[in-house]
Amino acid sequence: MPVTWLIPSILLLALIGYWAGRARALAVAGGDTRALHSLPGHHGGHVALFASAPALALLVVWLLTQPFVINGRVAELIPDSANSATGEGPSAALMMSEVRRVAAGLDLAVREGVITAGQADSPRTGADDMRAWLAGVGVALGGETGPWVLPAAQRYRALSATGHLMMTIAVIALSAAGLAGALRRVRPQFRARDVTERAVKAGLFAAASIAILTTLGIVLSLVFNTIEFLRLYPAVDFFFGLTWAPSFGGGSELGILPLLWGTLSISVIALAVATPIGLFAAVYLSEYATPAIRAFAKPLLEVLAGIPTTVYGLFALQIVGPLLVSAFGEGGVLGVTWMGSGTAAMTAGLVLGVMLIPFISSLSDDIINAVPQTLRDGSLSLGATRSETIRQVVLPAALPGIAGAILLAASRAIGETMIVVLGAGAAARLSLNPFEAMTTITAKIVSQLTGDTDFSSPEALVAFALGMTLFVLTLALNALALYIVRTYREQYE
Amino acid sequence: MYDTPLTEADVSTEDAKILARNVQVHYGTTHAIKDVSVAIGDKAVTAFIGPSGCGKSTFLRCLNRMNDTIDACRVRGTILLDGDDIYHRRVDPVQLRARVGMVFQKPNPFPKSVYDNVAYGPRIHGLANSRADLDRIVEKSLRRAALWEEVKDRLSAPGTGLSGGQQQRLCIARAVATEPEVLLMDEPCSALDPIATAQIEDLIYELRDRFSVVIVTHSMQQAARISQKTAFFHLGHLVEFGETGQIFTNPQDPRTESYITGRIG
Ligand SMILES: Nc1ncnc2c1ncn2[C@@H]1O[C@H](COP(=O)(O)OP(=O)(O)O)[C@@H](O)[C@H]1O
Ligand SMILES: [Mg+2]
Repeated sequence: MPVTWLIPSILLLALIGYWAGRARALAVAGGDTRALHSLPGHHGGHVALFASAPALALLVVWLLTQPFVINGRVAELIPDSANSATGEGPSAALMMSEVRRVAAGLDLAVREGVITAGQADSPRTGADDMRAWLAGVGVALGGETGPWVLPAAQRYRALSATGHLMMTIAVIALSAAGLAGALRRVRPQFRARDVTERAVKAGLFAAASIAILTTLGIVLSLVFNTIEFLRLYPAVDFFFGLTWAPSFGGGSELGILPLLWGTLSISVIALAVATPIGLFAAVYLSEYATPAIRAFAKPLLEVLAGIPTTVYGLFALQIVGPLLVSAFGEGGVLGVTWMGSGTAAMTAGLVLGVMLIPFISSLSDDIINAVPQTLRDGSLSLGATRSETIRQVVLPAALPGIAGAILLAASRAIGETMIVVLGAGAAARLSLNPFEAMTTITAKIVSQLTGDTDFSSPEALVAFALGMTLFVLTLALNALALYIVRTYREQYE
Repeated sequence: MYDTPLTEADVSTEDAKILARNVQVHYGTTHAIKDVSVAIGDKAVTAFIGPSGCGKSTFLRCLNRMNDTIDACRVRGTILLDGDDIYHRRVDPVQLRARVGMVFQKPNPFPKSVYDNVAYGPRIHGLANSRADLDRIVEKSLRRAALWEEVKDRLSAPGTGLSGGQQQRLCIARAVATEPEVLLMDEPCSALDPIATAQIEDLIYELRDRFSVVIVTHSMQQAARISQKTAFFHLGHLVEFGETGQIFTNPQDPRTESYITGRIG
């Protein structure tokens, strides 16, 4: 039975268990649910749980371990000579995948009726037959396939088939045993509710762990590749190098400082745009706007947050860049020549700032709304005007939250890629002129990993080191945001 | 006798600090205050009593135009402060509120230091010419609120860190710092324990020397202890208004009697 059928079967057993458990609970109680410690539904849930959870766990473990066991057994048939024939012959892993490909081809041939199962598994089958069959179902083999491939593939098929059969039997048996065992435990005093409560807790815990483990996995993959990179490239040159000039031929200079500088410049410009505008918009929306205006303007502002960043990037490239050039560029209205081309830190920063406005305004609006009305009343009743009240009471009370919102926006700015790629250019440059092209860490991560990449070269691995730096940077920002919010809370609550 | 609303004749217009005539308040379609006329004396404590939702807070908030901040609220009728209509077009509610201070049900100190809380009003209205001047106002206000001794060593600590009773006295100090003529208090003790309540009551009793105090309370005993005049509201009507002693010992209206003996609440 394929796995796609096994899982529904277990769930069906669980469903049967649920109804059986319920029915049995009602039966042992003589139809009076008050005689039961737990509700019949809890008993049903308990039986369903024992019918499904252990069986599913076994299924997962089996599926994870079976390939290892089979690979081990099949590897015995792969001659060492294949490895050592030439200096750099195909690795064992490559040969293993060849075996798997042949086995899968045979499966397909049997399924399509080209051959019978007996033919596929017959030891008399020759390599030429095999080649013909596989070609018949559209599986092409590599030019040189050793004679050992076919027996290995046949053993692979046989082992897989038995393994699968054993798994099906074991899983179904475990499911049925769990069902029967749990059903026998149904008594009026049995605390089925506690079992289901614990199951709920375990399920929620598992969900939380997956989120945390994923983060951990991401960090670990970054860490290992970063370490690998730092073995190939000196850390001092990476962290303090003033030039970014990768060349896949070798002799790259991979200094992070120009990228860091670009990231920081663009983020600072973006925040300088987004913070005041976003904050004023939030104050207007929460303190001055009539309900009608608010109902109209708030969703509109939030639509801005839903625009894909690529579209913002196009906007930067097509409109903002040329507009800035016509003001700050050669022959522009201001008569200065600060700006050479449309792609510049300023272009990307401004557009990134526009993208962050709804982010800051929406968060700040919620925070300002959370400031208790009694504080506003207190200030107004002392004869303060509305704007005095906002400046002196509402905003100070909302400040920790607003600071948190700004820092969150800052980590968004640092992590943004598309606007930067399209708006800021690609030149990694340490320049004090924001009207010049710059580039950021994120943009360079993309460009280092696009195209044909050899993942063992420092030019590709540097992407992980850059990613790690980015991760540490945003983590520090978020930690700072939390710290600020906490200290303020302690002070005023 | 009962059900006849108080006529203007019942309201003595002499030495009244606030004179309200035929005040009507609507929240959208809710008619919250129905034709209320009342005279609030100077240098005296007036208590508003009545069951929840009868409009005590609403009427109190009319007296310093705090209802202006509620969009749905419409006030009609006349309210005179020292003979001047406070709802006149030319009256700035912001200045009015400096003359008519307010203390709320729940203590609401600002998230600032004790000092800055008290100095808030004087700073806004430019009442102090120098830092020393401001220090003096803060100290005087805190002394009037009977809080000085407790906080004089921690004026720079956050006002929100004080106990509930201290917070409420801080709010009173904050209100008296702007030297108002009238002090409105909306159930100022309902969030406090008995000891803090007793302290606030003593305080109100003393404040009477300088201010005209209007207090909303749910405690008959409190009204009886600290007020000279009592107004009983019921379903938006001012049912009875008179000397506190007379209201509690010899109420004229059966609704008043039912309320003070605990039959409507
Ligand atoms: N902001 C408001 N919006 C609409 N109706 C209100 C508002 N405030 C009070 N009301 C209504 O006005 C009436 C009087 O309320 P309130 O003055 O708070 O009574 P009290 O203070 O005596 O308990 C109640 O019916 C209440 O529902
Ligand atoms: Mg009230």
